[in-house]
Amino acid sequence: MLQRAIQEHPVVLLPSHRSYIDFLMLSFLLYNYDLPVPVIAAGMDFLGMKMIGELLRMSGAFFMRRTFGGNRLYWAVFSEYVKTMLRNGYAPVEFFLEGTRSRSAKTLTPKFGLLNIVMEPFFKREVFDTYLVPISISYDKILEETLYVYELLGVPKPKESTTGLLKARRILSENFGSIHVYFGDPVSLRSLAAGRLSRSPYNLVPRYIPQKQSEDTQAFVTEVAYRMQLLQIQNLVLSPWVLVATVLLQHRPAMDFDALMEKTLWLKGLTLAFGGFLMWPDNEPADEVIQSSLLLHSNIASLDRDRVVLKVDSRDSEVVDGLIYQHITLLTCSAYRNQLLNVFVRPSLVALALQAAGGGKKEDVYCRFRFLRDVLSDEFIFLPGNAVKDFEEGCYLLCKSETIQVTTKDILVTEEGKPVFEFLIGLFRPFVECYQIICKHLLEEEKDHFTEKEYLARVRTFTSQLLDEGASQCYDVLSSDVQKNALAALVRLGVVERKKVNNDCVFNVNEPAAAKLEEMLDGKTPVGKPVTAKL
Amino acid sequence: RSGARIRAQVGSLCPASRVVSALPQLTPSRPANLPCSLPEASPCWSQSGLAGRGRQEVLKWNGWGYNDSKFIFNKKGQAELTGKRYPLSGMILPTFKEWIENTLGVNVEHKTTSKASLSPSDTPPSIVNEDFLHELKKTNISYSQEADDRVFRAHDHKTGHCLHEIFLLREGIFHRIPDIVLWPTCHDDVVKIVNLACKYNLCIIPFGGGTSVSYGLKCPADETRTIISLDTSQMNRILWVDENNLTAHVEAGITGQELERQLKESGYCTGHEPDSLEFSTVGGWVSTRASGMKKNVYGNIEDLVVHIKMVTPRGIIEKSCQGPRMSTGPDIHHFIMGSEGTLGVITEATIKIRPVPEYQKYGSVAFPNFEQGVACLREIAKQRCAPASIRLMDNLQFQFGHALKPQVSSIFTSFLDGLKKFYITKFKGFDPNQLSVATLLFEGDREKVLQHEKQVYDIAAKFGGLAAGEDNGQRGYLLTYVIAYLRDLGLEYYVVGESFETSAPWDRVVDLCRNVKERIIRECKEKGVQFAPLSTCRVTQTYDAGACIYFYFAFNYRGISDPLTVFDQTEAAAREEILANGGSLSHHHGVGKLRKQWLKESISDVGFGMLKSVKEYVDPNNIFGNRNLL
Repeated sequence: MLQRAIQEHPVVLLPSHRSYIDFLMLSFLLYNYDLPVPVIAAGMDFLGMKMIGELLRMSGAFFMRRTFGGNRLYWAVFSEYVKTMLRNGYAPVEFFLEGTRSRSAKTLTPKFGLLNIVMEPFFKREVFDTYLVPISISYDKILEETLYVYELLGVPKPKESTTGLLKARRILSENFGSIHVYFGDPVSLRSLAAGRLSRSPYNLVPRYIPQKQSEDTQAFVTEVAYRMQLLQIQNLVLSPWVLVATVLLQHRPAMDFDALMEKTLWLKGLTLAFGGFLMWPDNEPADEVIQSSLLLHSNIASLDRDRVVLKVDSRDSEVVDGLIYQHITLLTCSAYRNQLLNVFVRPSLVALALQAAGGGKKEDVYCRFRFLRDVLSDEFIFLPGNAVKDFEEGCYLLCKSETIQVTTKDILVTEEGKPVFEFLIGLFRPFVECYQIICKHLLEEEKDHFTEKEYLARVRTFTSQLLDEGASQCYDVLSSDVQKNALAALVRLGVVERKKVNNDCVFNVNEPAAAKLEEMLDGKTPVGKPVTAKL
Repeated sequence: RSGARIRAQVGSLCPASRVVSALPQLTPSRPANLPCSLPEASPCWSQSGLAGRGRQEVLKWNGWGYNDSKFIFNKKGQAELTGKRYPLSGMILPTFKEWIENTLGVNVEHKTTSKASLSPSDTPPSIVNEDFLHELKKTNISYSQEADDRVFRAHDHKTGHCLHEIFLLREGIFHRIPDIVLWPTCHDDVVKIVNLACKYNLCIIPFGGGTSVSYGLKCPADETRTIISLDTSQMNRILWVDENNLTAHVEAGITGQELERQLKESGYCTGHEPDSLEFSTVGGWVSTRASGMKKNVYGNIEDLVVHIKMVTPRGIIEKSCQGPRMSTGPDIHHFIMGSEGTLGVITEATIKIRPVPEYQKYGSVAFPNFEQGVACLREIAKQRCAPASIRLMDNLQFQFGHALKPQVSSIFTSFLDGLKKFYITKFKGFDPNQLSVATLLFEGDREKVLQHEKQVYDIAAKFGGLAAGEDNGQRGYLLTYVIAYLRDLGLEYYVVGESFETSAPWDRVVDLCRNVKERIIRECKEKGVQFAPLSTCRVTQTYDAGACIYFYFAFNYRGISDPLTVFDQTEAAAREEILANGGSLSHHHGVGKLRKQWLKESISDVGFGMLKSVKEYVDPNNIFGNRNLL
């Protein structure tokens, strides 16, 4: 399939990005299947590495600055290079929609710059079509897992360097389980665009002159990016450990092995029913499967006389590298739970909405759902403008699992559906809480005009305090990933203003709006009814 | 002194047609009664009576061209063109059958059921107001309400139309057809007809050569008024020739071939040679913004026309002088050119003439691929040294042309052919499935032609082009004259085909050609066409800033329940693709009713409104109601 696609039209490979080894492995795979090795857009940071930069370049990588800023010449040269690659089309072009490795194992919201570039030859009809191939790469255990948690907790990312790489080779001797690579069917850009775009936006200017894209086109590019990510998500393989980690996180700090097994198997059934792509070795007894995944992740949890315990200290100290060990464990664990979120996000938001709406009036539930989806759309991947369908999908899955009953006007939780309902709420409640805490922080602590850096540092202190005091159990808020997403969402929602001052972004809180949002998240204030809500 | 001579030529150049129109109009039927066999030594033209009223006697009523010219598969299963009119007529084309079998999956055994012949009882009755008829009789303008006259003028040569007709005929249903056919013989007759039509609120559809391929002549199905088909064929005189200014004043109904033949007698030509030149008329050229093959030397119709006279419901429109260029506001000629019969009837025109060239030479160049060929044409256009005609065929079209190669008589020629092929493919390394061929036509005095030829071949060599002989060049041009007959042959074997054109800036030509061809193939596949369609193109004209591209597409519709829809949708998809690739809506076929849906976006809302307001002023009651264009 891929082979035929490559012969027909230019091909763009769009893998998910969880690890440095993603692209090396892909190139190796394609080489093994006798397919042309792709050219890869890589971050500029790699070029700084001695030897390795050259090595990567020779294996087909080219380097780009992470931000172009206002450098139009750089942009022009770079995009022309990529487009020439495509037009002449001997090798596929590969890049990561997520732009960077996802530290939290959640799919990051897409970046559009490169996608724009690779779609342009088709928009200008320099090529007949372009195939986009979503690729899902999933790891049983991520190489950089601890590193990521450190970063999430605020330890700066070590600079990519060759010596660092050499030092790190020790970890390669550890066991990391298996890696699944799934190539999605090539998607024809032409069929995606059919009837979507006006015919001739490029007719009046020579094609080599860069042109600002119409709003239509921008919206289309955005939509394609999200579509591709949803396809990636569909084919991300879930390992048994993902289920185990999810169960453990809902029963910390420890639980009986038998209870864990029972809950995990229950969750397995639920995951499959909700369409999760689970790789469970059915020919092995369940206890062995769970034990072996516990073994693989012994740095997080251990089996101690039939009790499964999440590690809270490293032998003698609760504090490692200035971080509280428990936080490290919990965030490592949530990185695995996060992989499961994509499967449940729509039904869970329906469940949360249903709980918050008080009564079960369908219209109210939908308004709540829309509100939550809107707030959390930097956190999870939703196709823009697709709220009604997302809602319907969530309801459909809940109905199918007999968790809820939908009548013409109302939505009701069934008696036997209670456990599923509670589980789903437990899974996503933390994120809503995170946003509440951050709102609270902004209202209480933040002064006028702060930078992102200041915000991250302060919000970290604030939340650690909160957790220490036991005022909250929501560990997810420690993750800088959530903190950044929340800030972006708040800017989008107009709760925080962003201004550019001397090339730096400065933020400012709109206090009434923040207070209102906090209350709305709390479920106390009714959310406004969107005019366009049609059910 | 030879100056100051304006020869009045009324009646002197075309005796045959004069006789026709001079006859008393008592019996409005059958030109067969007319003395067509005048002892005349002129070519078959006048004898065949094309200029006569009942041209359906000579021309096919539901197919292209002359009744006697037709492609058939003879008893041996070889293709052959009947009749004597064309260089290819009577020749055996040994490789054509294999080509059409391989390219379009045609099986010579599987023929469509032959077209039913026309039965007058099938046609809708002619509804004409008695008072109008009475007044019309007083004008002495010849007319007919016979079924075959009306049906002949009810359609153009769009394949879809022909297909429609075949299917409709089987079911015995007809389109809306004209109620009455009128044959005015001069400008004044037209004025009378238009006045009568205004008085009785009738619809007039001007009819010239009937060669439109954009549904230009299709009668609007919901037209409730009487439809008059105004046939200009009797207005076919050259009124004068001005040798000082090199212009000729002609009536609009004269056909291209007749015009050239008569001008040639006095050593002149117009040089305007659209592919339809045998049948199309001066009036038709003007009203559709026609383009001729040799436009590089003579120009397109807008360059050729000096003066136009048109009868509209508002009155007569014309300029008061024949100045070669004017700055008098927007050129009113440009309201007329391309108006496609929606504003009035063009009755007379003054067009430029040139001395017949002393020397003509065909030529051809083979390129390793189409892209190189386009690059070469671009360079030739840049240096402004294009010969009278230069066309670049893609590989498929080259093979198509090759399939029409007649049987060679001597072993020596076939040996030579083999040798040439060997030289090009083996020695020069051209891939026979990649190479593309440019055909050339040079005109002028001998010395200059040879010089020009060398210049062009030198440029071609820089792009890897190899001179490929006069013969190949000539055959390339032949294809354009017989292609329409081939289309009719295809129809008998479940093949529908059509041509369409566009113009595009140079830098988009290659992409546009590739994408449109690919789109056609993809569309056919998606719509369940079993055999890959024929999808081929040529760059057929060059300009400073771009080129005209001409496409042929055909597919085998065996096994498809609704070939008409597939055909229409594929053609529309190809046009969408052209527009998305920066091509124009039309280079010379016009808009008609086929491409109306895209006109507004092509010329902007305001532009469209401008045209509309002109129509509203000139023809407020929509007397010229063929509903083309707007």
